[in-house]
Amino acid sequence: MNTQTMYEKIWETHLVRAAADEVPILYIDTHLVHEVTSPQAFEGLRLNNRKVRRPDLTFATMDHNVPTTDRSLPITDLIAAKQMETLAENCSEFDIPLYDIDSPEQGIVHVIGPELGITLPGKTIVCGDSHTSTHGALGALAFGIGTSEIEHVLATQCLLQQKSETFEIRIEGTLPYGVTAKDIILSIIGHIGIDGGNGAVVEYTGSAIRALSIEERMTVCNMSIEAGARAGMIAPDDTTYEYIAGKRFAPKGEAFDAAVEEWKQLPTDEGATYDRTLQLDAADIAPQVTWGTNPGMVTDVTGHVPDPADTTTADEKTATEHALAYMDLKPGTPITDIPVDRVFIGSCTNSRISDLRAAAEVAKGRKVADTVSAMVVPGSQAVKRQAEAEGLDEIFRAAGFEWREAGCSMCLGMNPDTLMPGQRCASTSNRNFEGRQGKGGRTHLVSPQMAAATAVTGRFVDIRMFE
Amino acid sequence: MDAFKEHVGRVVPLDRINVDTDQIIPKQFLKRIERTGFGEFLFNDWRYLENGDPNPAFVLNLPRYAGASILIAGANFGCGSSREHAPWALQQYGFKAILAPSFADIFRNNCYKNGILPIALPADVIASLSQAAHDTEGYQLMIDLEQQSVICADGTAHTFEIGDFEKYCLLNGLDEIGWTLQYEADIAAYENR
Repeated sequence: MNTQTMYEKIWETHLVRAAADEVPILYIDTHLVHEVTSPQAFEGLRLNNRKVRRPDLTFATMDHNVPTTDRSLPITDLIAAKQMETLAENCSEFDIPLYDIDSPEQGIVHVIGPELGITLPGKTIVCGDSHTSTHGALGALAFGIGTSEIEHVLATQCLLQQKSETFEIRIEGTLPYGVTAKDIILSIIGHIGIDGGNGAVVEYTGSAIRALSIEERMTVCNMSIEAGARAGMIAPDDTTYEYIAGKRFAPKGEAFDAAVEEWKQLPTDEGATYDRTLQLDAADIAPQVTWGTNPGMVTDVTGHVPDPADTTTADEKTATEHALAYMDLKPGTPITDIPVDRVFIGSCTNSRISDLRAAAEVAKGRKVADTVSAMVVPGSQAVKRQAEAEGLDEIFRAAGFEWREAGCSMCLGMNPDTLMPGQRCASTSNRNFEGRQGKGGRTHLVSPQMAAATAVTGRFVDIRMFE
Repeated sequence: MDAFKEHVGRVVPLDRINVDTDQIIPKQFLKRIERTGFGEFLFNDWRYLENGDPNPAFVLNLPRYAGASILIAGANFGCGSSREHAPWALQQYGFKAILAPSFADIFRNNCYKNGILPIALPADVIASLSQAAHDTEGYQLMIDLEQQSVICADGTAHTFEIGDFEKYCLLNGLDEIGWTLQYEADIAAYENR
């Protein structure tokens, strides 16, 4: 029998054309658009007198640039405002639905897609953003593209794509107390390195992955790109169908039942093989903290800042020396001895309601340390409303966290939310690259629970010991 | 897109692995709605000091590498963000080709769309070419895309792999959207099935 992985099934059913000696043409079911990477693509359409082929399969929002302060005030960054205006004009000209800054649906594109039921199993989904891999959590094939490819999808609803390798990462067992989806993915990246997934689409399997909620699965798939993978995906199951049921753009009634029957055909066939495999034991995973300037520079919270002398290659030694100099850290320092100035809870990795609940549980009845400034940025207006309905905003405010409007915020600091040079931040985001959160800023990636606990103690703390 | 056939140019070595696109073009320059004007901000945070002066320690600022059009870098060049502003900045600065042991997937794709040739060569070859660029002022390489070859001044040639379609597009400066649109009937058939 011809067995296939989930990736191969979705790939095959979306081929428009696959001729010998040509790059296959892949159909794209959903195209998500935001303000930063799209203006030049729309301009390209205009220059060539081209139309958007399927505005009905295209959705736009504003997330990267938007201020997270009071939305009734004018936007002070005029260049950012111009970029948002340009998106609004482009969406209007090409008839694309837009959830703009004043929309109750506005939010980080990778938060609102699943939330609105736009993200569905078996779909091909692209967006001009590398964290598009997030949507794979529902069993979609979702990946980031550049601006030229955005223009290509707008004009043709297709992409020229080479098939990727398949990579199964299996996590078996039960996650220990205090260990989260964020720690799973950081631990994976620590194992395979930030180029360990290059050229591959990762499928996460195993009992520990099955036990995750959809929001937790999104956290895992979101950071697939931080291991260099083209996409990350998780087979749909009952957890997936329950999550999708009732979402605005999801099929309803009989159509939903029929869709579920189709989605049940998606998981990888028994006996199908992957090009690469890796298995990790959930019980071995500890809360993770990055110490360096890429997400692969990570260790257990009980660990220490590494010594460049312990690296195996000259390139790694140089990279570690650069990273420690930038991060102002000394080899051998216990992670829990590192103090922070800022805490950021947010981003497409960890800004969903379950992330905020987890952080609020830690923050409840406690106070942010005097030496720390902390902020919570919900992933979408819908997450913000839900959190406020549950009183999470009050918990955060009472503890001394700032409570903000939805957006990408200090994950990449394109809006006014940035680190000052030299400031050190515990962040629930996805990248600790040099200058990512602000020139000279120093980022340590952690889970929402760890971020909240760190805000309280003023230095990294093992959430498993936190009382 | 500009076609790429052959290129001879000065080589500059950037001895770092995992250079991410946040370093190639930091986020504060992504707010432009134009496709041009990124070259002066290439590697901004490494290239300029706090006061805006060129950082004399950064390799692109060394006079001996002025006018370089071939960049040699460490493994996994272009990782991270999908921003196409990164190849735009490299191209607008004047780079025509990047040599490294490996590239991140999205970045490599984005290069092809902009007439930049990403060339992956074995790590030991990259190390020796980088060393030569350090040792010899004005060190140049020739790149022949038709032959898929990087040729040194002494005639040594290193062949590299590239997909047939990517090669065809670069050699001809092909409009990929136009190429796909010639199969409009196939797309419509797919949509109607």
